[in-house]
Amino acid sequence: MLGRPFLALVEGFGRIAVLFFSAMAWAFRPPFRLRLLVKQLEFVGVRSFWVVVITGAFTGMVIALQTYYGFRMFSAESLVGGILALSVTRELGPVITALVVAGRAGSAIAAELGTMRVTQQIDALASMAVDPVQYLVTPRILAGIVMLPLLVVMADFVGYVGGYFVGVKLLGINSGMFMAKTLELMEMSDLMNGLVKAAVFGLILTTVGCYKGYYTSGGAEGVGRATTDAVVISSLAILISDYFLTAVMF
Amino acid sequence: MIELVDVCKAFGRQRVLNHLDLAVEKGETTVIIGRSGGGKSVLLRHLIGLMKPDCGQVLVDGQDLARMNNRQLKEIRKSFGMLFQDAALFDSMNVGDNVAFPLREHTRKRRAEIRDIVEEKLASVGLSGVSDKMPSELSGGMRKRVGLARALALDPHIILFDEPTTGLDPLMADAIDTLIRDTQARTGATCVVISHDLAGAFKIAHHIAMLYEGRIIAKGTPDEIRNTEDPVVRQFVEGRADGPIKVV
Repeated sequence: MLGRPFLALVEGFGRIAVLFFSAMAWAFRPPFRLRLLVKQLEFVGVRSFWVVVITGAFTGMVIALQTYYGFRMFSAESLVGGILALSVTRELGPVITALVVAGRAGSAIAAELGTMRVTQQIDALASMAVDPVQYLVTPRILAGIVMLPLLVVMADFVGYVGGYFVGVKLLGINSGMFMAKTLELMEMSDLMNGLVKAAVFGLILTTVGCYKGYYTSGGAEGVGRATTDAVVISSLAILISDYFLTAVMF
Repeated sequence: MIELVDVCKAFGRQRVLNHLDLAVEKGETTVIIGRSGGGKSVLLRHLIGLMKPDCGQVLVDGQDLARMNNRQLKEIRKSFGMLFQDAALFDSMNVGDNVAFPLREHTRKRRAEIRDIVEEKLASVGLSGVSDKMPSELSGGMRKRVGLARALALDPHIILFDEPTTGLDPLMADAIDTLIRDTQARTGATCVVISHDLAGAFKIAHHIAMLYEGRIIAKGTPDEIRNTEDPVVRQFVEGRADGPIKVV
């Protein structure tokens, strides 16, 4: 006996995959909706800028602080710069950024599409011979895939700068050693793999947001449920996929 | 001509349409009446391909919507206009952009030309000078009028109305019914109206069909329906709780 929850899970995976591949197929078929894409790039990316900058900076700062306290016990403070760079580019930059954007943009996508579903606006699109997946879902997923890596570049940068400030200016680590260990331990592939992760996380959070919104039912309560589900499911999926991506890439 | 032949639709174990047959005459208004939750909206959604039947055919000018792929459905939908129950206006766009939407999507008309058509369509539903308003600034009746103007934008041959007077006060409901009747007379379009508002149905319909337990159990002119001997139809028309239709 597999049970209904398992079957529902499999069905959910199937429907989300169909929605994703259908949205991607529409990306290569006219009409190309550049204006909608630009709007979503702005919504997912530009409007997440400051929240990503602030979380990125404080993440880098706390990593510098924690590693300094730990490494000081065996006089290895000089390694703080390298460890900071590795943790920020490989893990914390992509993951923290993705979680923040899932909370901000993923939930908003689910709420917007969910409201459109329960007020029949999605049916209205279809009735006017416009494919709702192409019009609503494709630009949002593309925006997630494009903007997350850019946001992560910013998060990596401010995270490192924040950590540098704490390590060098506040805790007195030698600036030259801090930078030298960074260059010694970190490779370009660390940054690039982090950006690949970011693109996958962007895909996940927008696809889940679109899926939960697109298939919303049950009025205002359903929209609320879809919004919560979008954040919870995409956060879990980001953390779980992070493990497997790390296992494959590093 | 729209024809539903032996159409079935079930959701889980609940059979909503049960081998339903219905013919809608071209260039006339057919009102489908029936109890709330009786499958009227499901039936209407089949007519525009928003739902596919489990069995049977949905024929529009001889073409079966149930067997069409997305591209074919998209083409045929351009000849439809649909007014949704709560108008389903895009709340991120103003009134003018809502009405212009189908024109921008499916025609190559210039901006000025589209603006003129939008004003003309809005004027035809008795709303002028509201293009810049947002849907949230409009009353229920105004929203329905804008929804109708949008449905008329591409001069459709077939117009579907999903509960057009639900939620409106009697005066506004009558105004919307008059608008539907006048629009049909002016455009000569085939209109299908889903409603449980009998006063409105008798006012606008050339034919009335009653949906009961997943089938069309009666169809006729308003006078034929008003004078029918069928006990189920009589109970519904007279609005009695006691009779063959179990209310509670």
